[in-house]
Amino acid sequence: MEGERLASQARSSGLPAGGATGESPGVDAPLLGSSGSSALLQAEVLDLDEDEDDLEVFSKDASLMDMNSFSPMMPTSPLSMINQVKFEDEPDLKDLFITVDEPESHVTTIETFITYRIITKTSRGEFDSSEFEVRRRYQDFLWLKGKLEEAHPTLIIPPLPEKFIVKGMVERFNDDFIETRRKALQKFLNRIADHPTLTFNEDFKVFLTAQAWELSSHKKQGPGLLSRMGQTVRAVALSMRGVKSRPEEFMEMNNFIEIFSQKINLIDKISQRIYKEEREYSDEMKEYGPIHVLWSASEEDLVDSLRGVARCLDQCCKATEKRMSGLSEALLPAVHEYVLYSEMVMGVMKRRDQIQAELDSKVEALTYKKADTDLLIEEIGKLEDKVECANNALKADWERWKHNMQNDIKSAFTDMAEENIHYYEQEQIVDFLQLQND
Amino acid sequence: MTENNFWLKKIEINVSEAEKRTGRNAMNMQETYTAYLIETRSVEHTDGQSVLTDSLWRRYSEFELLRNYLLVYYPHIVVPPLPEKRAEFVWHKLSADNMDPDFVERRRIGLENFLLRVASHPILCRDKIFYLFLTQEGNWKETVNETGFQLKADSRLKALNATFRVKNPDKRFTELKHYSDELQSVISHLLRVRARVADRLYGVYKVHGNYGRVFSEWSAIEKEMGDGLQSAGHHMDVYASSIDDILEDEEHYADQLKEYLFYAEALRAVCRKHELMQYDLEMAAQDLASKKQQCEELATGTVRTFSLKGMTTKLFGQETPEQREARIKVLEEQISEGEQQLKSKNLEGREFVKNAWADIERFKEQKNRDLKEALISYAVMQISMCKKGIQVWTNAKECFSKM
Repeated sequence: MEGERLASQARSSGLPAGGATGESPGVDAPLLGSSGSSALLQAEVLDLDEDEDDLEVFSKDASLMDMNSFSPMMPTSPLSMINQVKFEDEPDLKDLFITVDEPESHVTTIETFITYRIITKTSRGEFDSSEFEVRRRYQDFLWLKGKLEEAHPTLIIPPLPEKFIVKGMVERFNDDFIETRRKALQKFLNRIADHPTLTFNEDFKVFLTAQAWELSSHKKQGPGLLSRMGQTVRAVALSMRGVKSRPEEFMEMNNFIEIFSQKINLIDKISQRIYKEEREYSDEMKEYGPIHVLWSASEEDLVDSLRGVARCLDQCCKATEKRMSGLSEALLPAVHEYVLYSEMVMGVMKRRDQIQAELDSKVEALTYKKADTDLLIEEIGKLEDKVECANNALKADWERWKHNMQNDIKSAFTDMAEENIHYYEQEQIVDFLQLQND
Repeated sequence: MTENNFWLKKIEINVSEAEKRTGRNAMNMQETYTAYLIETRSVEHTDGQSVLTDSLWRRYSEFELLRNYLLVYYPHIVVPPLPEKRAEFVWHKLSADNMDPDFVERRRIGLENFLLRVASHPILCRDKIFYLFLTQEGNWKETVNETGFQLKADSRLKALNATFRVKNPDKRFTELKHYSDELQSVISHLLRVRARVADRLYGVYKVHGNYGRVFSEWSAIEKEMGDGLQSAGHHMDVYASSIDDILEDEEHYADQLKEYLFYAEALRAVCRKHELMQYDLEMAAQDLASKKQQCEELATGTVRTFSLKGMTTKLFGQETPEQREARIKVLEEQISEGEQQLKSKNLEGREFVKNAWADIERFKEQKNRDLKEALISYAVMQISMCKKGIQVWTNAKECFSKM
């Protein structure tokens, strides 16, 4: 588990993973603390010293620091703490299993929409039960994602499948589209569950467990749409500024993600194209075999050879279908997820830049204005911490994300190569048999 | 190759080169054409060494002339076909241009194949015009035309008429005609689909080549994945380019099938000749029968059949006995002539059927052998394609797993 890896690194070095850039351990090592205001947490971070080594056992990465005060970062019950220990010591023990299935169409007078059944199985103490079953629609997923982004602006939130696919399918409720979406939604929830920080998000828990009416009322809390919109406008203005003062490592990250995004988009297009070409190949092959059978009807001496060839070609057809389904089940969704992921990451980088820009603007204000110096200094202090946390959160999550990306891409392409090998091996066997018969 | 009147030793024939030429055509306009070098070698019995005996250049139209000549003089033989005049069953990448080097190359092979087939045919190989085709460069065209074979050719219209009207063709030829129609139809269909399949397969392979380029660009920003990506990309390029050779080989297979597609037409030509001869025979017999009847009627005085003479007799009065006698005499002569002709036509017809059927049997065996071999070679090609595929993807997989 990724969370475990980070934690073990933290154990060994006293630093959160990715933070080994010479910063003093005291500043970076996260703390187990009871829920409280973020200000309180920040103070605790500053005070940490080696006596609290044993707390590293419970450490998550520093990204905890930027959660809003409504969500408790750490479960406080002893039972849950024990669960956490287990979670980190035994890498294979996952304690949250989520499946998304059974898409169902709902028709109302206003609209038609699809809900998905979400089943959660867990051994965690903070959940009232060990199994939950709820129904959610795409809008609910959007809400969850929004909440997560709000709470963790510089964490890489997993991507949601697109609202609709513009090219190709016009019908929103096409079977393939629903199935693709269902798989992507399941991936989305599981990625959150696997994320060391996001997995403990309160809204996530509510999403997985609350009944429909409970969810509705829960949704009504928190900052409204208007305030979020206001933030967006400010954010755009600030992000321009943030780019100029971006530290080196984030410059590198940004360069990487820009190029990566380009390349992964191309790979997405290429992979889709391959699928299309294989489909067309398969369609033509379907006609190829039967012609030989037709021919064998007028040839006495060539019947066996011709029927043999026909069999080969039909087998080839089947093998192609299998190769295609391998593509559409593994490679295509994986690559597409990273297309969306790369957009998420670019968004995260922007938000980091915004936070930085906020600080910079206040610092600038201090330089030029004499009024309210003390207030400014206090604000700057807070913002400096905020930037610090944001940066650390991002750095850690970046490493985690990159690592995952590497594994996922590697595994997706290795599987594709395997499918292709299998395809040619199958074909070869059939051809050999045909040859022997001749 | 068999020995014949003109060559004392075994011969080898090669169409070894193709060359672009420019010249003036019949209307004195500049034209570009391809000339093919035909080399004939005689093979010494003792040590198998071959000595070049003749070498000359011919163009496609001269091959056509030769074949047309053979069709006229050997109507009972299934005359080997020429490679196609224009590229057909072309798939997307292949050009339909007659000047395209790949097309010229495949035509060169096809022409060589044609000459080998003629040379190995027990009857055709003895033909003098064929001999001259291989040995006498200048003046050959004139020599062929001097045979006047064009005049001997049956008119298409006559042949068509015979096909519709013949009453009792040999059943075997009727079946053969059906067979050749089916053969033509099924091979055409097969070649069309094969061309489309080739097109699609080309697409699948070539798109993978794009991976190569993108992986390579991506590898520049990756530290750990970089090497794996780069080398995997290289394998994707190899995969994409492997399709060119694969499809070139398949084109040769398609050419083998095409030969038999065109052979179907040659079969039909023999059937048509039979129908023509049979129709001719039937007409001659009918004519003879009608004359005999006329004669009989005149002799006995009964008029059962309508005749112009009969009508005019009714209208203008009976003819004199002398006139009648004269007419009977003419008819009797005609009948006697007719009987002779019928006899010889019958004989001709039976000879034709016998000889044609012998050649058809020979052809059938050749066809079965050749097609079986072609199908086997197709399977072998597929296997080789699979082997290449397995190798490339195994290499790619290794690179991916090292990422």
